Amino acid sequence: MTAGVHISLGEVAATLALVAVAAAVSIWRRADLERDLGVAVVRSFLQLTAIGYVIQAIFDSNSLWLVALLLAVMVAFGSITARSRARGVPGALGPIVLGLSVAAVVTLGLVLALGIFHARARYLVPVGGMVIGNAMTAAAVSLNRLADEVRGSGQLIEATLALGATAREAAGELVTRSLRSGMITLIDSTKTTGVVFFPGTMVGMLLAGARPLDAVRLQLILLWALLGSVALSSVIATGLGYRGFFTEDHQLRELDDAA
Amino acid sequence: MAGQPLFDLSGVAASRGGAPVLRGLDLRLTEGATALLGPSGAGKSTLLRLLNRLADPDAGAIRFRGDDVRSLDVRALRRRACLVPQLPAPLPGTVAHNVRFGPSLVGREVDVGRELALAGLSADYAERDASRLSVGEQQRVMLARALALEPEVLLLDEPTSALDEDTRAGVERTLVDLGDRIGVSTVVVTHDRAQAERLAGRIVELRDGRIAA
Repeated sequence: MTAGVHISLGEVAATLALVAVAAAVSIWRRADLERDLGVAVVRSFLQLTAIGYVIQAIFDSNSLWLVALLLAVMVAFGSITARSRARGVPGALGPIVLGLSVAAVVTLGLVLALGIFHARARYLVPVGGMVIGNAMTAAAVSLNRLADEVRGSGQLIEATLALGATAREAAGELVTRSLRSGMITLIDSTKTTGVVFFPGTMVGMLLAGARPLDAVRLQLILLWALLGSVALSSVIATGLGYRGFFTEDHQLRELDDAA
Repeated sequence: MAGQPLFDLSGVAASRGGAPVLRGLDLRLTEGATALLGPSGAGKSTLLRLLNRLADPDAGAIRFRGDDVRSLDVRALRRRACLVPQLPAPLPGTVAHNVRFGPSLVGREVDVGRELALAGLSADYAERDASRLSVGEQQRVMLARALALEPEVLLLDEPTSALDEDTRAGVERTLVDLGDRIGVSTVVVTHDRAQAERLAGRIVELRDGRIAA
């Protein structure tokens, strides 16, 4: 699809000039981000280099089992990361794992079933990574919002429960608002794509020498597939995650306990 | 005039935020109007929340008309013993939506005008946005939507604490009339002895999580 490109380590190292700009800004404005910046640069180098070798090995083997294993590891790490961002939701890990898994399986399953990509490691690994990454962000954002909503609406929730409503009925509006917040970022960026910014896949393909229309079409496929995956992960994470705030007897847990 | 037993509490202990609030309470609440009187922190509101299982005690048992509340369907219990919160918490939407909400959960229609009238509001309020009413009017909407469930007992948590004096007097009159008009029992939490005497035939005084001697 694209011409191969070779990037030398020297070219990568040259980009550190721009990291130096970021460090200079941090020092100048006393933002105290130099250490974080250093950690970010070192970690990104090590992590991406390591995953580069792993992906190369998986591409060489073209084993779908290895692809599935890699995607499972991505789901596990993505779930732990989303869980750490959504600390305010009790028992969130289960809904997050399920949300990310369903998003990955359904999205990849559909793009394969529709014949958009072939079942080869070269396609499944990068697409799966994007799907899981976006699903992770959407689950974390929507659950964070859910925690804020429940904490801000305790009186209304209890007043609704007191009328004989189930936990699901009492939390329904809040779950919907949280779902919206998980989905809206990608929807908004999809609206502005190509006008306000160029998305990463398209930029990567253009840099690698692909025809612009091919780059655009692949980008559209990915953006539209991601819309489905963030919807799935958000709806599952919030649709199950709200239960953590309630007991089996439709009681709102004391919020300090829920923290 | 003591009626049939409504709630029987035996050895009830409860905590909020890890701190003990009720300490081994034995109490019988009967039909009619009862006031739970006491200073802040005495455990009045906590006790009220235990009666319709918005919370459960750490120890002890609570019976409603002879049945352990844990053995009853919790949502049915809440419709039979309906709590009106201290601060109005209207659902988004019209007054009519608020009044219909509870009964709609069990597929029942209600006469919104009748419920509003019982709570001291005219039928003109039905299509107004509940969130735009005054606090006093909202408190009456809370009362109307609780009454729409046709409860056996209303659990009223400081029902006039957010109201000015004139509005408070009006709501008190409505509460007294309710007992006479539809025979609903009431358990009213208040820290005001004079209000307790105005609203209830029986006063239970709580202090530090126990019945005051």
